[in-house]
Amino acid sequence: MSTFEPTLLARINKPDSQSLDTYRRDGGYEGFKKALGMAPVDVINLVKDSGLRGRGGAGFPTGLKWTFLPKDHPGPIYLAINGDESEPATFNNRILMEQDPHQVLEGIAISCYAIKSKKAYIYLRYEYGRSYRALKKAIEECYAAGLFGQNIHGSGFDLDVVLHRGAAAYICGEETGLIESLEGKRAWPRIKPPFPAIEGLFRKPTIVNNIETMACVKQILDRGAEWFKSMGVPPDPNNPRDAGSYGPKLYCISGHVNKPGCVELPMGITARQLIDEHGGGVWKGRKAKAVVPGGISMGFLSASELDTPLDFNGPGKVGCLGLGTAAITVIDDHTSMVDVLFNCARFFAHESCGQCTPCREGTAWMHKILARIRMGEGQSRDLDLLTEVASSMGIIPGTTICGLSDGAAWPIKNAIKKFRSEFEEYIQTGLKTVKPSDALMEVH
Amino acid sequence: MGVLSEELRDQIRAQFPNYPNKRAVVLPALHLVQDAQRHVSIEAVREIAELLELHPSEVHDTMTFYQFFKDEKHKLGKHRVWVCRSISCMLRGGEELLQHMCEKLHVHPGQTSADGKVTMEFAECLGACDGAPCILVDDEAHMNITPEKADELLKSL
Repeated sequence: MSTFEPTLLARINKPDSQSLDTYRRDGGYEGFKKALGMAPVDVINLVKDSGLRGRGGAGFPTGLKWTFLPKDHPGPIYLAINGDESEPATFNNRILMEQDPHQVLEGIAISCYAIKSKKAYIYLRYEYGRSYRALKKAIEECYAAGLFGQNIHGSGFDLDVVLHRGAAAYICGEETGLIESLEGKRAWPRIKPPFPAIEGLFRKPTIVNNIETMACVKQILDRGAEWFKSMGVPPDPNNPRDAGSYGPKLYCISGHVNKPGCVELPMGITARQLIDEHGGGVWKGRKAKAVVPGGISMGFLSASELDTPLDFNGPGKVGCLGLGTAAITVIDDHTSMVDVLFNCARFFAHESCGQCTPCREGTAWMHKILARIRMGEGQSRDLDLLTEVASSMGIIPGTTICGLSDGAAWPIKNAIKKFRSEFEEYIQTGLKTVKPSDALMEVH
Repeated sequence: MGVLSEELRDQIRAQFPNYPNKRAVVLPALHLVQDAQRHVSIEAVREIAELLELHPSEVHDTMTFYQFFKDEKHKLGKHRVWVCRSISCMLRGGEELLQHMCEKLHVHPGQTSADGKVTMEFAECLGACDGAPCILVDDEAHMNITPEKADELLKSL
């Protein structure tokens, strides 16, 4: 591990890291050039061989996803890049786009060539204004340099990249919600199948990939599949469905730590290592009570679970939904889990798109019940009620179209199971942690 | 002539070649109109619909799904200031910051200061958790914001 050198973040914080000139000086677009000299299917196989799994949250193998496109399709085929990074505590894509936009664009160009797409849309959340300006400038530089456009480098390959801004809605990060939004509609996720690879954007075959995934594709072209596979965690022999957790990963650290930030490490680091070795330890000399392993949808690690490896498999073994976005949020032992859970419930009640009843109603009721508990009016039976509501919503129980609902339910189920005695004590002693600022946010 | 200037119409039309149909231009058009006029009036919705060959209700449906776009009753001030209320900011004082800024401007979230300069809002995670608590001024993030820094920022707008 001591020999690990960051690649995805290698150019971050270097002078003028956004410009095409410095990017090229650092060997930029050589991977794209290399790809143009290969058959598209060989690029797909290279990515497949690397074991790269999507960095957006679900961890689906990227190369395999690409093979789901119909064979010999006349086109158009679209690449839709998910730059809607909105999972609370997640900001790794922002850092890539703001500081090294060409790395992302090169990954996009390589991926488009591999899947025979001539058009990529980058769906970018509105709030990322700096990312927007950095990408916009970088795209213009690529057109001017003949890296995008018609017949790139005489290869006969054409590529257009369009930057599309969202409008502040979490659901647009769900891949079919993103597609609907890009089409100019409300971002209501679609029933699958058909999956986007068969019928996606504008009813055409579409691949939806994450920003960090694109940066990984670029690195794999430069350094090879073996390099990527040389780090991380191999498949769990006891889990035939595990495809392994290879490669470098961007981990975000936030909350009650001395040094919040984004670090690149081989897959499989533990939450404790992230806090102590990279986050400067828990702030104010306190201890961690709980850690969110990868965005709030994943649930919580308790203080005794901090040595869980944060690979695609690890968090699931301790009852979390998964690795998610690998963005940890540290919660210190002076913080009430009731307040933390209320915050999570409020987020999902605000962001449920309203299409499926169990999610629309469930998120609203979980928010209301937790608000009531925080006002000192909770009853012991509220905990079972919360668990019951949470257990009836989502793809896992089979009552909703998309996984937002599972993500909304998971922290509720997790917190009440792992921190039940704290919730019980809160209710029984009539604690009240409602704040004056809550009154400002009652509407919505 | 209507409420959309010819210049605004040209900017919307300039988006057409980026997409295989005009409906995909709804979000870009709503952004362009709101940026220029600080809200999207029902008349603007009708004119966008006409440009994009849609029924006004289709544009209105999309517009109202995203609470981001404001109608004539909720016209935005010169600047929008969002304070993040999600987990990483909440843990480091984001909610108290929202309260402080609202008190400073004598507004509730969603309202605009008396001088018309600032519309205060709360936001869900702004993706700047490495600088929590953070705020967004229009589309520019400002990180590690203390009440003092917030006061300075408001003064500079």
